[in-house]
Amino acid sequence: MPASPLGPLSEEGLVRLLTPAGERVPDAAYDEYASDLDPARLRAFYRDMVLTRRFDAEATALQRQGELALWPPTLGQEAAQVGSAHALATQDYVFPSYREHGVAHVRHVDLVDVLRLFRGVDHGGWDAAAHGFHLYTVVVGAQPLHAVGYAMGVQLDGLVGTGDPARDTAVVTYFGDGATSEGDVNEALIFAAVNRAPVVFFCQNNQWAISAPTTRQAAAPIADRAPGFGIPSVRVDGNDVVACYAVTAAALERARSGGGPTFIEALTYRMGPHTTSDDPSRYREREQEEFWRLRDPIDRLRVHLDRAGELAEVFQAELADESDALAERVRAEGRAMGKPPTVSMFEHVYATPHAVVDAEREWFAGYEASFVDAEGSGR
Amino acid sequence: MTTTAERPQVATATGVQRLTMAKAITEGLRKAMADDPTVLVMGEDVGRLGGVFRVTDGLLAQFGERRVVDTPLAESGIVGTAIGLALRGYRPVCEIQFDGFVFPAFDQITTQLAKMRYRSRGRFELPVVIRIPYGGGIGAVEHHSESPEVLFAHTAGLRVVSPSSPADANRMIRAAIASPDPVLFFEPKVRYWGKGDVDLDASPDEGSVLDSARVVRAGVDVTLVAYGPTVATALAAAESAAASGTSIEVVDLRALSPLDASTVAASVRKTGRCVVVHEAPVLYGSGAEVAARITEECFYHLQAPVLRVGGFHTPYPVAKLEHDYLPSLDRVLDAVDRSLGF
Repeated sequence: MPASPLGPLSEEGLVRLLTPAGERVPDAAYDEYASDLDPARLRAFYRDMVLTRRFDAEATALQRQGELALWPPTLGQEAAQVGSAHALATQDYVFPSYREHGVAHVRHVDLVDVLRLFRGVDHGGWDAAAHGFHLYTVVVGAQPLHAVGYAMGVQLDGLVGTGDPARDTAVVTYFGDGATSEGDVNEALIFAAVNRAPVVFFCQNNQWAISAPTTRQAAAPIADRAPGFGIPSVRVDGNDVVACYAVTAAALERARSGGGPTFIEALTYRMGPHTTSDDPSRYREREQEEFWRLRDPIDRLRVHLDRAGELAEVFQAELADESDALAERVRAEGRAMGKPPTVSMFEHVYATPHAVVDAEREWFAGYEASFVDAEGSGR
Repeated sequence: MTTTAERPQVATATGVQRLTMAKAITEGLRKAMADDPTVLVMGEDVGRLGGVFRVTDGLLAQFGERRVVDTPLAESGIVGTAIGLALRGYRPVCEIQFDGFVFPAFDQITTQLAKMRYRSRGRFELPVVIRIPYGGGIGAVEHHSESPEVLFAHTAGLRVVSPSSPADANRMIRAAIASPDPVLFFEPKVRYWGKGDVDLDASPDEGSVLDSARVVRAGVDVTLVAYGPTVATALAAAESAAASGTSIEVVDLRALSPLDASTVAASVRKTGRCVVVHEAPVLYGSGAEVAARITEECFYHLQAPVLRVGGFHTPYPVAKLEHDYLPSLDRVLDAVDRSLGF
């Protein structure tokens, strides 16, 4: 095994239940949280990771073809997202950043709808409340505060520590290593800690904030900061879907029971560019990319299941078909997303009438209509 | 939502009372909290201290610390968590301690609070009120006397209002809390201790207090447009001018977003002259917006260009100089004279 290129971000203390070679190893603290993962559930994880990756590849291709304005690939982060999201309960609520396509999928958001923001037809794209999955937040680090406030609301609702697993509610917020430098993330940790809010901070340390390596954001492991706020933290191998599930399940149980917030740092790797506008060859070495390509999170689970004889050919064939069908639908429905009606620009700015917006909408409608008249009468 | 919230014995004042503006806001908050268990008050020192201006005085004792929340000292955190609480069904009323301290929350207010409804295509409502004591004239140190209201009025998705009297302050804070839209509620701190009759039972809906300007003194020669702290200045100018035979009409904008230009225009069509008075710097200020709209709507009625009286393009000066910076009675009368000179 080549030496880790992590430098000060060592792998020391990472929770790992599945080695990079796909071997299940025991963990005294977290085995109990993975005990419900039978082969069928692991296959479900595998399926979601494969579908997420295929969707991501199709979206990247659509951007290259000029069909999307931009795409932030999630390539390489499937285990962190799918594993953690599977630990959520229906009533839980998620505040993502803009790269959580795998979490969206597990929360039953139609992945096609995730394209709307990036095709420029909607600033959102799905019914967030119905999925317990908030709209993407593009302003880096803004959403953890929303998660903490929402969790404070859950406390006011009396839905923490009732002992009823169908009612007790937790909130998870996803953000990256770069976001941890933002003041808002630090304020969120403070508000969560002093209110003992039922919230889980899930930091995907993908090691790159566009061109800045994590070593420009942190001089010590990011998770080490949380105890200073009074919040327990854990570092997990973010390419180990089993460990990501287990540590998130433990943190959620703690939150729901009234134990307060937990900070999770999932060490993973952004295998692609920051977005399709980015060019990683300007700032990082192929050697590093190759190192992480060999630690691919999907390969790891595939090897594990295959070795256990739990990856039947028929399952793989069906999954390949399902992936192709998803890809086909993403292409077709993505391309079919047309320009919204111009008047929609003026809608939903306010809930109640606003004289300025109303006047501007009326003026613009008349302006547009004037062209129709001119064409109709004169040309 | 009320499953575990205590339902305290709620005593709220009723009838017409003579109150300071600060107390009128307190009573508005109290009534809103009594009527709706989802209303929360949150901010720095709002609990046991009752706020540095005592506007939340007594609310902790009455409603408990679940609903009157002393927050960490972090303005972005206050607004950011208020957004989350609103998404969960609550109606947070945030206090920012002073005008100059709102800027750490500027990002949450403009990129998140203002736009979340729009981004969700109307699925979310963000009934968050942000109370900001603002303006000068109190002899304070720097960052305690500023007028940043236009920065928010420039942002779509926010409502921006400022009361000028105790009666309006009471109705407007209740209307702001009831509004499904985010409201920036600018409280003219120099007027906090001025008294007026307040009908505590008046419906906050009546008269569209968040949407409409109001003629507070009728006149025929010049229209003075003001809001918040400068309404009293404008009224004093009108009184003074009346002694020398000039009849001034005073319009209190009350709201900067939406701007009720039609009430101002109706007045200017009558007077033909308009002077706008505010504490904020004149450059790109609300006076510029009023002037542009009045010029468009009343061009053939104008006998003089719309004039502006306000702060200068300097940082807010030291307290010993603030009365030269602020639009004083004399500077307003000077502008009235200049308008009449055209």
